[in-house]
Amino acid sequence: MNQMSSSSSLLRSSASKKQAASVEFRNVTKRYGDVTAVDSVNFTIEPGTLVTLLGPSGCGKTTTLRMIAGLEMASEGQILIGDRDVTRLSAADRDVSMVFQSYALFPHMSVLENVAYGPSVQGVPKKQAEAMAIEKLGLVGLAGLERRAPSELSGGQQQRVAVARALVLEPQVLLFDEPLSNLDAKLRRRVREDIRELQQSLNLTVAYVTHDQEEALAVSDRIIVMSNARIAQTGTPRELYEEPADLFVADFIGDANIIEGSLVEVNGAEATVKIDTLNLRLPHRGVKPGPVKLAVRPDAIALDEQAAQGPAIAGRIKKASYLGTQIEYDVETAIGNLFVVQYGRKEPIETGKSVSVSLSSQRGVAIIPGA
Amino acid sequence: MSRATLGWIVLGWIGYALLPWYGFDNTATPTLSDYLAGHSGLVLGLKGAWWLLPVLAPLLIALRPVAGGSGKTDANWMIGAGLLGLALILLQGFTIGLNGWTLDILKSLFGAPGPKQGGMGYGATLTSTAFLLVLCHGFAARGWCRGDAFVTSSIGIIIALIIVFVFFPVSTILASAFADNSGNFAPLEFFAKFIDRSVWGLDCLTGDLRCGVAWNTLFLGLLVAFGTTLLGLAFALIATRTGFKFKGTLRVMSVLPIITPPFVIGLALILLFGRSGAMSSLLYEWFGIPRSRWIYGLPGVFIAQLLAFTPIAFLVLIGVVQGISPTLEEASQTLRAKSWTTFVTVTLPLMRPGLANAFLLGFVESLADFGNPLVLGGNYEVLSTKIFFAVVGAQQDQGRAAVLSIVLLAFTLGAFWLQHAWLGKKVYTTVTGKGDAGIPLPLPRRVAFASYATAIPWAIFTLSVYVIIAIGGFVRSMGRDYTPTLDHFLTAFRVERADWGFYFSGSAWNSFFATVKVAAFSAPLTAAIGLLTAYLLTRQRFSGQRAFEFGTLLSFAIPGTVVGVSYILAFNVPPIEITGTGFVLVMCFVFRNMPVGVRSGIATLSQIDKSLDEASLTLGAGSATTMRRVVLPLLRPAIVASLVYSFVRAMTAVSAVIFLVTAEYNMATTYIVGRVEAGEFGLAIAYSTVLILVMLVAITGIQLAVGERRLGRRSASTNSNPIAVQAAP
Repeated sequence: MNQMSSSSSLLRSSASKKQAASVEFRNVTKRYGDVTAVDSVNFTIEPGTLVTLLGPSGCGKTTTLRMIAGLEMASEGQILIGDRDVTRLSAADRDVSMVFQSYALFPHMSVLENVAYGPSVQGVPKKQAEAMAIEKLGLVGLAGLERRAPSELSGGQQQRVAVARALVLEPQVLLFDEPLSNLDAKLRRRVREDIRELQQSLNLTVAYVTHDQEEALAVSDRIIVMSNARIAQTGTPRELYEEPADLFVADFIGDANIIEGSLVEVNGAEATVKIDTLNLRLPHRGVKPGPVKLAVRPDAIALDEQAAQGPAIAGRIKKASYLGTQIEYDVETAIGNLFVVQYGRKEPIETGKSVSVSLSSQRGVAIIPGA
Repeated sequence: MSRATLGWIVLGWIGYALLPWYGFDNTATPTLSDYLAGHSGLVLGLKGAWWLLPVLAPLLIALRPVAGGSGKTDANWMIGAGLLGLALILLQGFTIGLNGWTLDILKSLFGAPGPKQGGMGYGATLTSTAFLLVLCHGFAARGWCRGDAFVTSSIGIIIALIIVFVFFPVSTILASAFADNSGNFAPLEFFAKFIDRSVWGLDCLTGDLRCGVAWNTLFLGLLVAFGTTLLGLAFALIATRTGFKFKGTLRVMSVLPIITPPFVIGLALILLFGRSGAMSSLLYEWFGIPRSRWIYGLPGVFIAQLLAFTPIAFLVLIGVVQGISPTLEEASQTLRAKSWTTFVTVTLPLMRPGLANAFLLGFVESLADFGNPLVLGGNYEVLSTKIFFAVVGAQQDQGRAAVLSIVLLAFTLGAFWLQHAWLGKKVYTTVTGKGDAGIPLPLPRRVAFASYATAIPWAIFTLSVYVIIAIGGFVRSMGRDYTPTLDHFLTAFRVERADWGFYFSGSAWNSFFATVKVAAFSAPLTAAIGLLTAYLLTRQRFSGQRAFEFGTLLSFAIPGTVVGVSYILAFNVPPIEITGTGFVLVMCFVFRNMPVGVRSGIATLSQIDKSLDEASLTLGAGSATTMRRVVLPLLRPAIVASLVYSFVRAMTAVSAVIFLVTAEYNMATTYIVGRVEAGEFGLAIAYSTVLILVMLVAITGIQLAVGERRLGRRSASTNSNPIAVQAAP
């Protein structure tokens, strides 16, 4: 941690002070023939924040990213970068850089030439362009490898060259298209931390596409969840996790148990929800009394081998898996099968044993509006 | 409004108000005052050529966006000006000809003969181009092609060129397919010619009679396509995947036939295997095999075309074999596939686009070949020679020639369709933006053996053909008198020293200089247009793309003889009057040879990951810069292929140019054909030898010039870095 903060202060001093810009989509639609890839989407990415476009494959997230870059042109609507309308501008005329999934390093150029490409096509003298490239290569920790060909680098190194190349023009907006999908799991965690670190220290506006919800939760200031060419929900990682807007978001982010209950009465900001024999007080989120669906996170369910002290639902352990930091259970109950995660226990509860199930009302349980 | 747009509007005005509107090269040499305003469209228009005055209107409209306005209306003004300008120029050009009105209805309405005008000149060309580009910039401003003016302009220019130099002449000649010899519409005559027995007859299957010329052509084409693809693949595999010692020799030998004027191979085959040929004599004296005329007919044409077209297959396939990512083969091997299985299941399928291209090229080349069937065909008639004789022979039947060329066109288009169906919708990207550190797989033993077994005997055969050609120029008369002599060279290439310097008194110098000039102009143009087209086809999406592709490839499907005749018919009269100039020769070559550039460009580009271009775009490089810095360096094999091919074809083509040459622009090949007709084989072969040498020098030069930069970088990186640097894929 110490090392990190010292390196980040170093980054801050070396970075130039270019203002980060916002990105705004106003009713943007993209059609390919009869297929609508993105359907009247609205969102704003605030300057200096990292926003993730999250969703299953084919939901339109990559198309959205490519429209920010100018690689696809919007069929309808307006795109603004830093309050300037760029809807009709080509990719070359936008102050946006992109890190590609395949990295797209030019195979006929050395690492240095790759990174210096941006400034040199902008007419910066070669010497200066190379100096800029060397600076950015130092930033991503690749000093000394300037003369290598991309094919001589490891996957992680190639990825960092791609980042350095995208950074070298100090763009108003930096885009990442699934940057970690070609890396191994260990490296993934480190690289995503590096990206976040870089984004915060250079105060960059970043749009980041991924289909991995854990990755999105870890790096984002805000997340835009997309589904079927539309935005399903926008919010901070915590909002999305704790207050999913609909069934899709609840299911896609984290593993939620979707259970049924009924809202008995609304009382101020809260409501009383009855689930089988349990009564919970939860934020009502605008839902009227009647049957409701709830998203219950696996770690918000408490299992008790002893007889219940308060109100509880009877359940039986169907399956238990020991995973070191946690133990995962499949529990059979009157409200359906539940997926439960327990932390800090030494021994798993034996399979087949009866337990009493209760829900925490503090966190991890939310009414799903409109479900 | 960009500066480029403004520039084109200014050029449009210059073309209209300053440059001479008419005449590319009228006999009188124009003076400087002619060039400045004297004969410009504006001045002539005010002096009485009233039909030129309306052009002023779109030029004024184009000034509207210069004055400034909002983006969208600017775009509309530009599109309007461009469309109106082009329409007006075309309208006046096609309605008013050299002898007055060109349409009967106008004659009856306004009285014959009406106003007269000549062919368009620099001014008209510049103004039309300006209108076209203003139109394209207008479309770009409306957001077409992602708002990229370079892309819309490229598409516009290529479409315009194809319309002028492919569709216009072709429609001119096809119109005569439905006309009788006096020019009236006669569809019945067309059908009679079309279903004629000499075209579709199958008598050779049942009796001794000859089959229809269509079946002959098809059969020959398939044989040659199959043979050239196989040989080309063998050579490409040996050159890239084996440790064969004489790779260099093999490469040179495989390139030799392509730089040989086609009829020279035919001639050499006759000198080898004809009745009094060198080989026939040996066989007769040693084994008592009687001399015969077997070389005249299908066997001769087949062998000659194999010799001539294998190098094309080789050039296409070598780029493809090099482009296959070794990692994929390594992946297959780690999946426990033996090297043979890997070759069959991974390497070969990845070569499919290349193989299909090579096959297609071989087939189409065979159909369009004219020189070899002319020399060796004997009784085996094919469509191209039949068309030629229909035009220049005793029959003088243009309609028949047009009908036959429709048949030929159908075959070629069928080949394109088949290729498309075969390749399907699979993705063949093998050069990705991810660095690739694999090592190419050595050939499985039986593939290597098969390659050697086909390639080496073929190389030896090629060599013997060239020995004949080399000897032929230095002896008095092949087959009869083997006394060594330099007479043939002296006649053709004598240089005398006169008081004022050197005097090129040899009989061949004239045609030689003209040929080199035309070839040197057309090669870079061909490569540029061909590769630009390939780029547009693979990297951009726009409506009408299929039609665009069809148009670019169409000129290749038309045999040279037909192109020659159609150019004569189309460009001998205003508004585009360019026959007899070197320009028409250059354009003829550009559009005849461009499809090779297009196809090899497409094959190479479809192996390069699209995100490389996109990365460049997001780094602020426009399409033009991306093209120059990223796409072109990765396209080097395709550049070399199309440059070499177009240069060489411009120097060796016979079929189309035989109609287009003049005294001033006589081409080497037509001169040589003339010598052959006069029976001067020695001179013909000597001249051919010189041409071959010149082309060898040119090819080496092209390869050095295009390949140099990469060599430089590689050595530079090895200097600064002790680790061996692998060639970029």
